[in-house]
Amino acid sequence: MSVILLIEQVLNGLQFGVMLFLMAAGLTLIFGVMGLINLAHGSLYMVGAFAAAAVAGWTGSFLLALAASLAAAAAFGALIELTVIRRLYARDHLDQVLATFALILIFSEATRWTFGSFPLFLDTPDWLSGTVMLPGGIEYSLYRLTIIGIGLVVAVALFLLISKTRVGMRIRAGENDREMIGALGVDISILYTLVFALGAALAGLSGALVGAIQSVEVGMGEPVLILAFVVIVIGGIGSIKGALFGAILVGLTDTLGRTLLPVLFGTFMEASSATTIGSALASMLIYILMAGVLVFRPTGLFGSA
Amino acid sequence: MISTKAKQTLKAFGAASVLALSMATGAAAGGHAKAKIGLITTLTGGGAGLGVDVRDGFMLAINQAGDGAGVEVVIEDDQRKPDVAVKLADEMIQSEKVDILTGIIWSNLALAVVPGAVAQGKFYLSPNAGPFQLAGKGCHENYFNVAWQNDNLHEAAGAYANEAGYKNSFILAPNYPAGQDALKGYKRMYGGDLAGELYTKLGQTDYAAEIAQIRASDADSVFFFLPGGMGISFLKQYADSGIDLPVVGPAFSFDQGILQAVGEAALGVKNTSQWNKDIDNAANKAFVETFQAEYGRLPSLYASQGFDTANLILSALAKADVKDADAFRAALKEADFDSVRGDFKFGNNNHPIQDIYVREVIKEGDVFTNKIIATGLTDHQDVHAKDCALQ
Repeated sequence: MSVILLIEQVLNGLQFGVMLFLMAAGLTLIFGVMGLINLAHGSLYMVGAFAAAAVAGWTGSFLLALAASLAAAAAFGALIELTVIRRLYARDHLDQVLATFALILIFSEATRWTFGSFPLFLDTPDWLSGTVMLPGGIEYSLYRLTIIGIGLVVAVALFLLISKTRVGMRIRAGENDREMIGALGVDISILYTLVFALGAALAGLSGALVGAIQSVEVGMGEPVLILAFVVIVIGGIGSIKGALFGAILVGLTDTLGRTLLPVLFGTFMEASSATTIGSALASMLIYILMAGVLVFRPTGLFGSA
Repeated sequence: MISTKAKQTLKAFGAASVLALSMATGAAAGGHAKAKIGLITTLTGGGAGLGVDVRDGFMLAINQAGDGAGVEVVIEDDQRKPDVAVKLADEMIQSEKVDILTGIIWSNLALAVVPGAVAQGKFYLSPNAGPFQLAGKGCHENYFNVAWQNDNLHEAAGAYANEAGYKNSFILAPNYPAGQDALKGYKRMYGGDLAGELYTKLGQTDYAAEIAQIRASDADSVFFFLPGGMGISFLKQYADSGIDLPVVGPAFSFDQGILQAVGEAALGVKNTSQWNKDIDNAANKAFVETFQAEYGRLPSLYASQGFDTANLILSALAKADVKDADAFRAALKEADFDSVRGDFKFGNNNHPIQDIYVREVIKEGDVFTNKIIATGLTDHQDVHAKDCALQ
C-alpha cells in the first residue's frame, strides 16, 4: 500500500468522521440537555436532504439548497418539539423510543407521499466538483475537502457557542441541573425548543451535504442514526468534544479498517477469502471499538460519571 | 404494534383505472372470477419504487385484458420484510383463497414465501427475484420465474467485458448472497485478470475508500453490482473522483427509476438487461406507450417484468382452468404470450431462456434513459438448470 493511498484514506476517514459529527452533535446536545433519546434525528437528516434537493431543483443554486436544508430541518425540529417531544421529557426512555420511532414512520411515509417512491437528484455544484491536487501529488475530491472544512468550522462555532455565550451557559447549566436553572428564572421550554432546533438544523445540513454525493431517498437517515449513536456512546453522552473525537475516531476506524483489513488478511490467506473475511470483520470494527472503549471508560471518552 | 397496512382489493372487472390507494371493489357483472391472484410486493419504505413499478406493469396488463379475462387481483405491501411477506402469503392462501401468488421483489423474501406456497399447491410466478436455490435443486413444477435467474445479467456483463477487450477488471459488490452471486456470475464469463475484488457493506453509502483503491490499482475497467441507493451513491462519487475507467454493471443500478437521481454521472455507462424500451416489437411499443399514458413516466425493467408476468398468466388462463393444475401448468410452460422482450421461453427449471442485451445510458431531451448497443448473450439459460430434476 502506497503512502499516497494511505493519506487519501485518512482524508476519507476524516471526511466521514466530520459528517458523523454533524449528526452526533445534535443528538448528544439533545440527550445531554433534555435527557431525550431521539430516534427521529435520522428523519431530520432526511428532511434536510429532501429540502436541499427540492430547492436545488427549483433554483439551481447549491447555496440556497444548503440554506433550505438548515431552515427546513430546524422548522420541522421545532415543530415536533412543540407538538410531540415536549410531552416526553418527563417520561422514561422506553416511551421516548416508542414515540420517536413512530415519528420515523410518519416522516418516512409523509416524505414518500410528497416526493414519490423514487430517489431525488441532488448534485455537487460545478464550482465544487472535480478534484484538486494536494501537496505530495494526492488527487482529492474538492467537495469532500469542503465537507471537512465545513465540519471543522461548525465544530469551532459550536465550541464557542457553548463555552463563550449566554445561551451556551444556559445549555451547560441545563445539562447540570434542570430544576435549578428553571428556578433561577430561565425559560426552560424556549431553551429546549432552541436546542432541539439547533440539533435538527445540523442534522439537516449534514443530510444536504451528504445527499449531493449519495442518494436522496426515503429511509436514508436510519443507517447514519445508528452510527451517530455509536459516536456519542464512544465520545461520552452529552459532550460536544466527545462527539467530535468519537466521530473522527469512528470515521477513521471504519475507513481504514475497510482498506487495511482485507490487505492484512491477504498476507496469509487466499485472496478471495481474505476479501470476504476482511470486509466482514471491517463492518464490525466500529462496534468492537465501541465495546473496547466501554470496557475501559464506561461513560465514554469524555463523559461525566 | 404500529401497523399501517392498507388493504387494497382491486378487481379488474369493473375498475377502469388503477389507483394504488383506492379501496376499489369493482362489482362483478355476473359470474365469478376465473382466477384470483395475490400480488405481494414492496410498496412502502426503501425500495418501494421497484414494487410500485412491478405492480403498475402488472395491473396495466390486467386492465388491458378488461372484464372478459375474469381475473381478480389482491394487492398487499410486504414492507420488504420476510416475516410480513410470509404472513401475507398465508393470509392470501388461507382466507383469500388465491390460486396464484406473485409480486415479490427481493430474493430473501422469495426464499421465505415460495417453498411454502408451492407446497400448498399454489402457483408462484416471480416477476423479479431469481435466487439460485429455486433454480437448481430446489426448483418446483409450480414455481415459474418470468424475470431472470439472479446470475444472468452479471454473466452478460462478463461476456461484454471480454468483447470490449477488458483485461484487468476491478469488481465490487455488497457482502450478501446476491452480491457474492453477482461477482461469481461476472467471473464465470469474464476471461481477463482481476485488478481487485471488493465486498462492501450492504447499505453502505460512502465509497471513498473503495474508489481510492480503484484509483491506486492498475485496472482497465470497473464492474459493480450495487442495487438501488448504493449504486446512485457509488456512481456520483465515482464521477466526482475524476477516474475515467469504463464502468459496466447489471441494469439494477441503471433502471429508469434511479437514472434521474444519478444524472450526468451515469452517461455512457454500459449495463446489461433482458429488456429495454427500444426493443423493436409491437408488444413492446404498445407497452411503452400505454404505460407512459397511464402513469406519466417511462417504464423500467421491473415494470416490463410485471407486465410480462400478468400477460403470461392471462395467456395460460385462456387455455386452461386454473383449478386444473396439470393443464394450467402446461399452459404456463408454453409461454404462449407476446413478451415485450421478444423471444421468450422457459427452460426445464421454469426459468427463462432469453437474450440479454448491453445498454448504454443516454440523454433523450431532459430524461436519462438507456439504448441497446449490442446483444450480450443469445438464448441464455442459467447454469443451475442442470441441477433441476424437472423436464
